[in-house]
Order: sequence, then C-alpha cells, then structure tokens
Amino acid sequence: MTAVSTEVRDLASQEYQYGFVTDLETDLAPRGLNEDIIRLISTKKNEPEWMLDWRLKSYRHWLTLEEPNWQKPHYAPIDYQDIIYYAAPKAKVALASLDEVDPEVLAMFNKLGISLAEQERLSGVAVDAIVDSVSVATTFKAKLADVGVIFCSFSEAVQNHPDLVRRYLGSVVPYRDNYFATLNSAVFSDGSFCYIPKGVRCPMELSTYFRINAADTGQFERTLIIAEDGAYVSYLEGCTAPMRDKNQLHAAVVELVALEGAQIKYSTVQNWYPGDAEGRGGIYNFVTKRGKCAGANSKISWTQVETGSAITWKYPGVILQGDNSVGEFYSVALTANHQQADTGSKMIHIGKNTSSTIVSKAISAGHGQNTYRGLVKILRSAKGARNYTQCDSLLLGTDCGAHTFPYVEVKNSTAQVEHEASTSKIGEDQLFYCRQRGIPEEEAISMIVNGFCREVFKELPMEFAAEAQKLLSVSLEGSVG
Amino acid sequence: MLQIENLHASIGGKEILRGVSLEVHAGEVHAIMGPNGSGKSTLAQVLAGREDYEITTGRVLYDGQDLLALSPEDRAAAGVFLAFQYPVEIPGVGNLYFLRTALNSVRRQRGLDELDAIDFLALAQERMTLVEMDRSFMNRSVNEGFSGGEKKRNEIFQMAVLEPKLAILDETDSGLDIDALRIVASGVNALRSPDRAMLVITHYQRLLEYIVPDRVHVMAGGRIVRSGDKDLALELEEHGYSGLEDQAAPDRSTPAGATR
Repeated sequence: MTAVSTEVRDLASQEYQYGFVTDLETDLAPRGLNEDIIRLISTKKNEPEWMLDWRLKSYRHWLTLEEPNWQKPHYAPIDYQDIIYYAAPKAKVALASLDEVDPEVLAMFNKLGISLAEQERLSGVAVDAIVDSVSVATTFKAKLADVGVIFCSFSEAVQNHPDLVRRYLGSVVPYRDNYFATLNSAVFSDGSFCYIPKGVRCPMELSTYFRINAADTGQFERTLIIAEDGAYVSYLEGCTAPMRDKNQLHAAVVELVALEGAQIKYSTVQNWYPGDAEGRGGIYNFVTKRGKCAGANSKISWTQVETGSAITWKYPGVILQGDNSVGEFYSVALTANHQQADTGSKMIHIGKNTSSTIVSKAISAGHGQNTYRGLVKILRSAKGARNYTQCDSLLLGTDCGAHTFPYVEVKNSTAQVEHEASTSKIGEDQLFYCRQRGIPEEEAISMIVNGFCREVFKELPMEFAAEAQKLLSVSLEGSVG
Repeated sequence: MLQIENLHASIGGKEILRGVSLEVHAGEVHAIMGPNGSGKSTLAQVLAGREDYEITTGRVLYDGQDLLALSPEDRAAAGVFLAFQYPVEIPGVGNLYFLRTALNSVRRQRGLDELDAIDFLALAQERMTLVEMDRSFMNRSVNEGFSGGEKKRNEIFQMAVLEPKLAILDETDSGLDIDALRIVASGVNALRSPDRAMLVITHYQRLLEYIVPDRVHVMAGGRIVRSGDKDLALELEEHGYSGLEDQAAPDRSTPAGATR
C-alpha cells in the first residue's frame, strides 16, 4: 500500500467531533408541511399579517414547482412530509440578556468551543447563536446599538424593524427564485438580521453560529444584511450539527444588499455533519446565497470554507448593478468519504466597469466528488466589465473526483473574461520530498493542502483563518491522534 | 557509517539494483558515476526510503542500524539527506516555513528543543550565504517558479540548515551553468566535515573538478563495476562509459532508462 492510499484510508475513517446531542427541552411542530403548519410557525413568532401572507404566497408557489435534478450530486428523494419544520428550545420567557439563556444551550456552545459569555467579554466579536429554528442569544447588542448597527435575530427584526425587513426581504432572492429558496420563504424559522446605517464602519466582526440539534428537523434560516451608503461590515457564519443516521435538510437563504460605496464581507466556515464513512446520514446543505451591489462603487465578497455536509449545493453570487461595483468569491471545499459538493459562484454584471473575481479550491479525498459550477454573465449594459475565474482541484487518492462546469455569457464586446483551471494530485513526489526532509506524512499532507488553499485563507478574518486551517487539518487527520 | 551489502531492488517487477555493495566512512566523499539507466538514482531513492521500490535481497547498515527498516522521515531524523535531482514544487507553502517545519520535526525526533521563528531566521540567513541565495527566496513557495539552478541551490541550502550526517547528492550538477555549478560546489565543499559522509551521484566528471572525491565508483547494469580514486573520473572522461556494461555481466537485460 502506497503512502497516499494509506492516508486516504485514514481519511475515510475520520471522526466528526461535533456529533453530540444536547438534551434540550424542545418545542416541536407536528411533522409535515401544509398551510396550517405555516400559520403555526407564523403564530409562534407572533408575526404581522404581511409576513404570513408572504409565507403563504411562497408556499403556494412552491407547490407548483418541481424539485430540480440538473445537479451533479445524487440523493434519495426527500419526503417533505416527514420533516419537522419548526423546533425551538423551550424558553420560559423572552430573553433579555445572555444571563437568561438556558444553561444547557450555553453548555452546548461551550462544547463547540464558542463560549458566548466569553466571546462577549473578551473577543470583541458579536455572536448570534441559532439552535434548530430559533435564535437563542445575540451578544453585544447594546454596544452595536450605540453606533446605530442593528444585529438581532430575524424574528426580532420582524417585530422591531418591520419597515426594513419589508423593504429588503426577497429583494435579492425573490420568493420565486428556486425550489429550495421558495421552500425557505414559506417556512423559514429564524436567522440573523443586520443593518449598518449610512457611513458606519461596524466596529466588530459580526458572527452567527448555526446548530441543528433536534432530530428529523429541517433548518431553514434566513439571513438579511443591509449596508447603507459607505457602510462596512464583516460577517462570519459557522455551522455544526449532531451525528444522525438520517439525512437532515438545511435550506437557508442569505441576502446581502450593499448600497453606494458600501462593503460587505461574508465569511462561512461550514462544518455540518458529513455522514459516516459509508455515506449514511449527514446534512443536505442546499442554500441560496446572493448579494446585490445595488449602489455604485460597492463591494461584496464571499469567502467560504466548506468541509461538512453530505451534500453541499450552493452558488453564492453577486448581482453587480452599481457602476464600478466589485464582487468576489473565494472558496475551499473539501469532500471526503462519500461527501458531494456542487458549488461555485454566479456573477451577474449589469453596471459599467464592474469587476468580479472567483477563486475556487476543491479538495477531494476518499469517494468525495467535488464539482465547480459557475456562471459569469455580462449583460449588454456592462461596458468594461471584467471577470477573472480560477478553479483548482486537488485529488487525494484514486476513488474521488473533481469536475468543472464554468458557464460564461457575454453580451458586451468590451468585457474581459478570463478562466483558468487546474487539476492536480497530491503527488507521491511532493509527499516523499516532505518526508525526506523529516516532516511526518500527516503533517506533510496538511501542509500541502493548506498551501493549496492559501489564496482563499488569506481572505478570511484572522481568527477564522486559524480556525479554518485547524478544521482542514482535523478533517485530514484520519484516525491517528 | 554506511554499509551497503549486496543490495537488490526492483520496481514493477524489473530489477534495477543487482547487488550493490559499498562502504562509506564518516568524513569521506564518494562519487558514483555511470551511464543513464545504470541504477545511480535508484540507489539514491532506495537509501532515502522511496516506497515504490521493492528490496529483494541485501541490507543497508547506517551507523550500525538497519536503514531499510526506517520510514523516510525517521531516516531524515537519523541524519540522511537527499538532494533531489528534480526538486519538487509545493505551491502556497513558504520556503522558509517548510524548512523550519522540517528542521523542527527532525529536532523533535532527536530530542532537541524546537527553534523559534527568530532563532531559525538567524540560522537560515547565515546558511543562505553559503549558496549565495537572495533573501527574496525565503518567502517564495517551495521551489515554485524557481529556475533549475535556483532549485539546486535551494537543495544545498536545505542541507546546510538540516546538517545531515549522510548527504546524498543526486545529479546536483545537472542543468547548471558554470556559475551556478561553482556556487553549488562551494556550498557543498563548505559542508564537508569529518563527521559527515557524502555520496555524490553524477553523470559527468565536471562536478568532480569542484568537489574532489575520496573515492570514485562506476555503476553499470545495477552494480558497482569499478572503484578507484579521483583519477578514475578523469579516465572515464577520456574513454566514456562504453565497454563498462560488459563488466556488468552476466545478465545484460537492464532496460535503458530504467532509472527514475
């Protein structure tokens, strides 16, 4: 057995370290989906009439849609009537501060390495934590409010800032957008809401941790971030789930709106449960993420590190409407065992002199299948638009695969579009070179993979970059250590 | 220090080494010459622990221990260094970061304290001067975009930092112009020491004008067919390798280009 294949075998037996279940008293809706369930969700959340109407409109539209089947990943049909659409840790009363959060929830976050209380005290990162369907704690709210930044759960925003929600909800991802976004629009339970007023540079990183805890539940969160003229925000998102032998559906929607001169930097470290070595269980991560550079000179940047989920299916994109606006997408996707990923980016150029960059790094190991699928669309109006796309794939072993489907549509002859792609294997040569210099095999693999991802990692905020590297090393660690 | 006894090695069922025996003592520099396909590079790879080769017969003792039983990284920790004929590129991994990781892995294995970034930098800067390497090398990715000569200088720089007991130089002169050859050779000469043995593998005599060996061996057909002092290299230069393969008999079925 050669060095690489030994490592790949180890990879196949890697353990998922966030697979614990917390014993929370949970408030569950009955299984299945119908208008009554949607009314129930809306009532539980004490929503205004317009919100319920929007949900019902989405639901009725969803009933007319067919589940898409053009993607590369394959999975058994999802029984939408066998999912629980609403699960909330039972809270006695509305939470006024962190002190009132269920100690079990806090203990769970401690186990995840996110001590909310400590985060609040020390790190200067504001955290919104979402368990199953409900936001359980948002830290730093007061400090943010001083500068006019609103950072709260989506449900709270519906209650307290209905005008903002109504104006922007569905403005980037319309409720008719696609099968899963439409489903989300009907049943979304909670998520994060963030509003940065004109000219404000958000004084800290904003962060949301998503956690699926209850069994057989779907998680349908919705995130909306609005940066007004000249505002800046950096937003981090992390995800984990317990080990379950059934697949769980996660269909989220994220909408970003950047007005004139605004900048939004959105970073994700996604580590949902990927399923076991035989491909049983794991999260179906079917997510719609899109930003709109609505104003001139605005910028939206997506950075993602995807190591989890049985299937990842998402294309964070940017609609470049404002002149001179900039869209970026930096991605690392690791698929091991039987994981499948079909991910990439969509850049829609509308305004003049808009530019976009796509850097995608795919790592496949075990029986992992990694697909880059991207769309660069340059409309007639987008004079002087530019795109640069780079897709690199790294294969570990012989049973995995990497695929690239770049779609390019150009309707303006002044546009410049570049595409580069490469596929390489972690060579026996590279490994032997490292080992000959005294570096043990596992460390060598981790070093080579991290080097491969460096262009993306350097786009992550400092503390997240360290976490992403660690995550990648852990995912590659195998059964040793 | 190094004792090779009747070493046979094959790859994909083809026997490349057919009974190599060689003894190298501390402080000595041995040159191994020979035509393409004679097994020189295979010998280097086998000594460094490349797993593609199957050792069918023979043994290798290094400081009295069974070298072939050790993993490549353990051999490195024990002081075996191979300067690669084709140094490998590792994109995105900084040259100096790579070398510090290597040095600290080796030091850990040897029970020494790891060097911190500052001490390491001082060491690296000192050793870089040996091969006249520019400071801009430090933060470039390992061998990525290096010219042939830069790659070879980088190998000798790594050797200078890792301070091996047994250094194997596999065709370090190939692809070098005369200036680069001089720089690399003077770096190697500076590293000659009474505690260190070197095995210099080369196709041409020209390197040996700069690195003067204590012994010269000629390989052909997977064996050492002649050994002598440095004058043997000159003799080969004059007469070429033709005729040597006859001495590798009885079996002449070695395919050309079998060396990796």
